[in-house]
Amino acid sequence: MTPTGPTPANAAPRPAPAHTAPPARALPGHGQEHRHVLVAIVNNKPGVLNRVSSLMRARNFNIDTLAVSHTDQPDVSRMTITLHGDDVAVEQAAKQLYRLIDVLKVQDATFDPTVEHEIALIKVRADDRNRGEVLTIADMYKAKVVDLAAESLIVEATGTEAEVDALIALLRGFGIKELVRSGTVVMSRGAGSIEEAVKR
Amino acid sequence: METTDDGSDRSPTATAAGTPGVDAAARQRQRINHMPDAGTARAEAVSAGRREMLSDRSRKEIKSLAERGLKRPRIGADAVCEALLRQGVEVFFGYPGGVVLPFYDVLGDYPELRHVLVRHEQGGAHAADGYARATGRVGVCLATSGPGATNLVTGIGNAMLDSVPMVAITGNVVSSLLGKDAFQEIDITGITLPCTKHNYLVRDPNDIPRVFAEAFHIAATGRPGPVHIDLTKDALVGVCTAEHPETLDLPGFKPTFEGHPRQVKLFAQEIARAERPVILAGHGVLIAEATEELRELAEKAQIPVAHTLLGIGAFDETHPLSLGFVGMHGWKHANKAIQSADLLIALGMRFDDRVTGHVPTFAPYARIVHVDIDPAEIGKNVAVEIPIVGDVKRVLQALIPQVPAVPRERRAAYLDEIDGWRAESERTPWHGSGAWKNGQLSADYVVSRIGEATGHDATMVADVGQNQMWTARYGGYRRPNSHISSGGLGTMGYGLPAAMGAALGRPDKETWAIVGDGGLQMTVQELMTLVQDHIPVKIALLNNHKLGMVRQWQELVYAGNYHSSHLQGPDWCRLAEAYGVAGFRATTPEEVDKAIGAARAVDGPALIEFCIAQEQNVFPMMPAGKGLSDLLEEQFEEPQQ
Repeated sequence: MTPTGPTPANAAPRPAPAHTAPPARALPGHGQEHRHVLVAIVNNKPGVLNRVSSLMRARNFNIDTLAVSHTDQPDVSRMTITLHGDDVAVEQAAKQLYRLIDVLKVQDATFDPTVEHEIALIKVRADDRNRGEVLTIADMYKAKVVDLAAESLIVEATGTEAEVDALIALLRGFGIKELVRSGTVVMSRGAGSIEEAVKR
Repeated sequence: METTDDGSDRSPTATAAGTPGVDAAARQRQRINHMPDAGTARAEAVSAGRREMLSDRSRKEIKSLAERGLKRPRIGADAVCEALLRQGVEVFFGYPGGVVLPFYDVLGDYPELRHVLVRHEQGGAHAADGYARATGRVGVCLATSGPGATNLVTGIGNAMLDSVPMVAITGNVVSSLLGKDAFQEIDITGITLPCTKHNYLVRDPNDIPRVFAEAFHIAATGRPGPVHIDLTKDALVGVCTAEHPETLDLPGFKPTFEGHPRQVKLFAQEIARAERPVILAGHGVLIAEATEELRELAEKAQIPVAHTLLGIGAFDETHPLSLGFVGMHGWKHANKAIQSADLLIALGMRFDDRVTGHVPTFAPYARIVHVDIDPAEIGKNVAVEIPIVGDVKRVLQALIPQVPAVPRERRAAYLDEIDGWRAESERTPWHGSGAWKNGQLSADYVVSRIGEATGHDATMVADVGQNQMWTARYGGYRRPNSHISSGGLGTMGYGLPAAMGAALGRPDKETWAIVGDGGLQMTVQELMTLVQDHIPVKIALLNNHKLGMVRQWQELVYAGNYHSSHLQGPDWCRLAEAYGVAGFRATTPEEVDKAIGAARAVDGPALIEFCIAQEQNVFPMMPAGKGLSDLLEEQFEEPQQ
């Protein structure tokens, strides 16, 4: 038995350990899957969205949501991509994105402190009998009613994906006639700016 | 310029006007044995063309239209020609058609540009690819819109998978007709988007100078790859006033050249600790021109060097430390060395499935150091212990001083063990005698005789299939870029047109295309190009009347169900003669050397049909889904479990 416990301070240094071989040659990308949020700063040029989406398709990554917009710099756009995968696979997705000439910066914001929001418009069946109930639920989720008709109303909800999911689950009982979600957008908290990192 | 401080000075196109220096030796090439008789007008024309091709292009002034004595306005097509000249393009491969006619209309005003009229656009793309691999410079091909453009796609995809620098130019309909399903209109930039490093659709003639400068820079810098430029007809005919840029603005393209010093230090420590290290050299070693550094590292630390299919030529195969080619049809001793290694040093390669086989059993005792310039290759197929992103040459330059010199004696037991394996794996019953079963001509013998006859200095261009594996195994390569093969895409029909490009790129070297009867029938039309442009490619046709590799799989994996693998072919010698190519035939081992000699004596292209054994297989073979330790060998008679 090899003695365990603290080594005496005056013990001779042990020779460097023999090579530790990996237990088995690991295949990348077989870890625990979870949701990731990638932020990509890209050139604002025609076809860039196509390049990004084509690459994700060709490399077998399934995009959950994708939100694209201008930034404060006219020649630069920002994409927020959410997708499921393990850490290695998503890192590979980010590296593949970097291979695109029009992609300037990619950040995996999954584990960063961020503000994360999406907006949803939900057209719900509601009449005189249950409108109050719908309004109460919307109110509890800090959602607004932005349109009202005799037999329906539109709820505008903002929040994280999980919050919007929860509200939709509650409203489903009333009957959802129409639903649109913008896809998540995130921004890191604090003074740091991914956009400033790519300013020329 | 954005990209200078990352070290892009190595790139031939780091500046818009940049052209690579051709080494002094290149300018003093010796007389070539396939030249026409001295003193004839044709000999003078050929040698003038070659002097021009090997001259130092960076000194060349590009004459303006006025200096050429032309009074017409400068149009987009002129800007294309100027851009090609500025990039040092000496020869390119094209096929005209409706919308690129404005380009062909002005091309005659630029006699410095040599245009080779191919017989099919796919041939043009492969020729540009072969040119690029033989020279390390950007290959250029051109096609018209619609079918011309789609015919290029196979060649572009081939260049993409093998990281070959290429600029593919297509025409498109006038921009007002884009999206209107006009005649010969196709969304070609949409098609090439996933199989190019980058692509451009140009509608404004004034964008042409910038786009071409960017395209050549992107194609050649970092991990090379094909760049496609689609030019609308109005961009070609419109007046162009834009000047060629001296600097480029590509903020999204900054390859990492220097390896991280901390990682390089870890790399050196791994080598110092390793008892059974193996280097696995890939195409990246050739692309980075790091063959000298590789040799230095191998000799200093006494590390045996194996190479991938595309890494052939990175290390002299006659060097005592050379293991040869690994993978599915690699040498058994090389595969065994990897499987028993405690340190695998992967340089400029990407752990293709034909190299690793079943990944969990690949190099099971090894820690892996992976050096590649493309960060996306690190950890893509195989998890590695020491990743280093950088140019192989620069990483090795930083590494070598930190590596302790190891005397051969310290590794004697290890190297002797490998040599024992080598002696065993090279002992093939028929190899060397030329005769396979029943005295039929053996393909490996043909390939090794060609290697011998050409002093292992010729450029050998393989097609795809059994011929490719025989070429890789038995050619005997000593010089970088002397072996050219379609690795990633595995494109049948690649051999002949790629050899055409290689021969034009390196006229100082003999060029052999080693092809099968299946692949040759896919691009046989380029024989005419060889004749018309007097390109002295020697074609060794390994004719077994089979799709050999398909047949081999059917025999070994599909229980001998030989569906659609028997292939009729023409009378090859008569076909060659019909094209004006000298044709020879060899059917027995005794005739091989004579036929090779006869073909080499021909001034111009020649074809030899080697009638090889129909059922010879390439062994060893790693069955699909198995690992490098599960090789099938020649004795295979009964179905394996």
